[in-house]
Amino acid sequence: MRRTRAAAVITLVTALAATVTGCGGGTSTDEGGSNDSPKTLTYWASNQGPNIEADKKILTPELKKFEKETGIKVKLEVVPWSDLLTRILAATTSGQGPDVLNIGNTWSASLQATGALLPWDDKNFEAIGGRDRFVDSAVASAGAEGQPPAAVPLYSLAYALYYNKQMFADAGIDGPPATWDELVADGKKLSKDGKWALGTEGGNLSNNIHQVFALGQQHGDNFFDASGKPTFTTDGNVAAVKQYIDFMAKDKIIAPGNAEYAQNQSLTDFAKGKTAMVLWQAAASTFASQGMKPEDWGAAPVPVPSGTPGTGEQVNSMVAGINIAVFKNTKNIEGAKKFVEFMTSDAEQKLLNKTYGSIPPVAAAQSDPAFAAPDLKVLRDTLAGSAAPLPQVPEESQFETAVGTAVKDLWADAASGTPVTTESVKKRLDKAQQQMQQ
Amino acid sequence: MTSTVTPPVRESGSGADQGDGGARRRRLPRIPDRIRQGGLPYLLLLPAVLLELLVHIVPMVIGIVMSFRELTQLYINNWGNAPWRAFDNYKIAVDFDAPLGEALLHSFYVTCLFTVITVGLSWLFGMAAAVMLQGNFRGRGLLRAVFLTPYALPVYAAVITWAFMFQRDNGMINHVLHNQLGLTDEPSFWLIGDNSFIALVVVAVWKSWPFAFLMLMAGLQNIPRELYEAASIDGAGIWQQIRKITLPSLRPVNQVLVLVLFLWTFNDFNTPYVLFGESAPEAADLISIHIYQSSFVTWNFGTGSAMSVLLLLFLLLVTAVYLVATSRGRKGSGAV
Repeated sequence: MRRTRAAAVITLVTALAATVTGCGGGTSTDEGGSNDSPKTLTYWASNQGPNIEADKKILTPELKKFEKETGIKVKLEVVPWSDLLTRILAATTSGQGPDVLNIGNTWSASLQATGALLPWDDKNFEAIGGRDRFVDSAVASAGAEGQPPAAVPLYSLAYALYYNKQMFADAGIDGPPATWDELVADGKKLSKDGKWALGTEGGNLSNNIHQVFALGQQHGDNFFDASGKPTFTTDGNVAAVKQYIDFMAKDKIIAPGNAEYAQNQSLTDFAKGKTAMVLWQAAASTFASQGMKPEDWGAAPVPVPSGTPGTGEQVNSMVAGINIAVFKNTKNIEGAKKFVEFMTSDAEQKLLNKTYGSIPPVAAAQSDPAFAAPDLKVLRDTLAGSAAPLPQVPEESQFETAVGTAVKDLWADAASGTPVTTESVKKRLDKAQQQMQQ
Repeated sequence: MTSTVTPPVRESGSGADQGDGGARRRRLPRIPDRIRQGGLPYLLLLPAVLLELLVHIVPMVIGIVMSFRELTQLYINNWGNAPWRAFDNYKIAVDFDAPLGEALLHSFYVTCLFTVITVGLSWLFGMAAAVMLQGNFRGRGLLRAVFLTPYALPVYAAVITWAFMFQRDNGMINHVLHNQLGLTDEPSFWLIGDNSFIALVVVAVWKSWPFAFLMLMAGLQNIPRELYEAASIDGAGIWQQIRKITLPSLRPVNQVLVLVLFLWTFNDFNTPYVLFGESAPEAADLISIHIYQSSFVTWNFGTGSAMSVLLLLFLLLVTAVYLVATSRGRKGSGAV
């Protein structure tokens, strides 16, 4: 009996302690890095290619090249997107992180607010060739306005409408839709015989945010006001979210199963000819890895309410992309800057962006003929003229979770046949906004 | 009982043993009798106590301190300087009229229901399987190994496989239920909407019942066969044997088993996280995911820590009541 009780007490203490340990850790960090370990760097690269192994294969020769040039060895770790933000947060809290890392550009302002990343002021920019080398919109999405950016743009991306040429021809449609009305009309012709017009990733919170942000811009609204306060429930934002969900709920051009997609299944459906269109960023390499030939698909600008994409209400994409940042408490700050300089050099920018199918944020590298391919030209034009950065507010990460979840729940409603109304959309967004304000 | 404990070597050693062996012993530092008799057990426990402090108690104390601070992204880089908020984080967590408190209360209810069903089913399946495998028959070893497989598999790999199987359009569950058996009019959603609760319970039970099976099987093997033989001669049927012999004999095992299953299930994070991602459907929004979201997704570590502490207090209370109740019951019944 005593043994049983002792076992119960030990079990109790261990199991209970585990409930509170999830929030532990944390140290203060230095104000700046040092050069105590000048011969090595640790680099967390985000997963850009079809898989982690592919990324290692792409990046390793480049890192060897850097080592040969500078004598600095770079230890590479490719981190999946699903883990990256949590890993960065853990590193920030503990002070035990990599020297250099990739971040999603939408997180820039949130991570900037932690104070853990090296600010790219004029002096630091000079060390990598100057701020003027980079495209303005890319730098604008690297931190809050009026502050030195928290990172340097590395790969630029934008959304395009990818479409299956054969499915369009079979349905008697001449070319990709330019407006949403055309997309719905074409979608109804395409959605038959077990095939569907448009694919989406209802369970992917970030993707939900990217789509409703662009639609919100088209409805003349933003999700934050000028002072940085959330304005999720404005008429324009509610209409934008409803329009997006209605593609499934009302127009019936998205398969209900897409409501639970979060692992790029919509791209697989596209590659298999199950869906005719998908809104995606630089999907060429993924299509190729799934057996599609370049002539099987086309890319067009994401539709707008009327006319052609442009500024203001004709914005049709967020400024997407990946930035490279330096942890402020690095033990090799000079080496870290050299590495950023190397990764953003014209030659590396051409090579890496070509490989990943993205657009170089370095203006000089964009002149390479490889970036004049039709699909990349769409992305370039979008970035240059009709893309807007997501709100660069410290709460951007919370915004992605709160509104992304609201949209995810609305997809679930649409998929299960629960009516999606203006009121139900507003209620979900209102809850998200109240969560943000606590 | 304070009788002296004397090392047998010193008492029973022969003259030959006391030759050079005795010389060697003389060279060793002598452990004072006081320590050897009273302190040695504590000395041996010391490494475990230190590790326990390091791994659990210190982070727990840090977590409690964090629950009183305003710990957002503005301070996580240097959280020792985060502003003191006294009980504000707790007030936010239990303000059930506001969205955060309302959602916490909802996830608490969901977690209670999930825990009761999962622990109940896990125990039931574990008990049934343990009783079934008591008899001697061919293939018993193989069945034991098969039953324990879910317990041996890495959680992530197992749960992600379930997530694939629960997919609406390509998953095996709908293939069987809808396409092969025709039990549903159309393929069901399991990873979104209300059915997500069922999916969560299925995976959690699948994952935890082998542990119940293992514990109960070990417990059953300690029950003397003669008791069953005597009961059988006296005319007791199978149900009477289970009620009068098996369950009372398993009481100490069950006391620990139910407690462990309760704590593990209530705190289960891996299953919902791998199954649904960082944002679970409302029907399956367990409290562990809710706290994770508050801490690591919305970057409000102070509120997340306050919720963790509240959870700790609740579990402490339930566990204390449980231990007192089960101890009393046992004293009353006179069982060992």
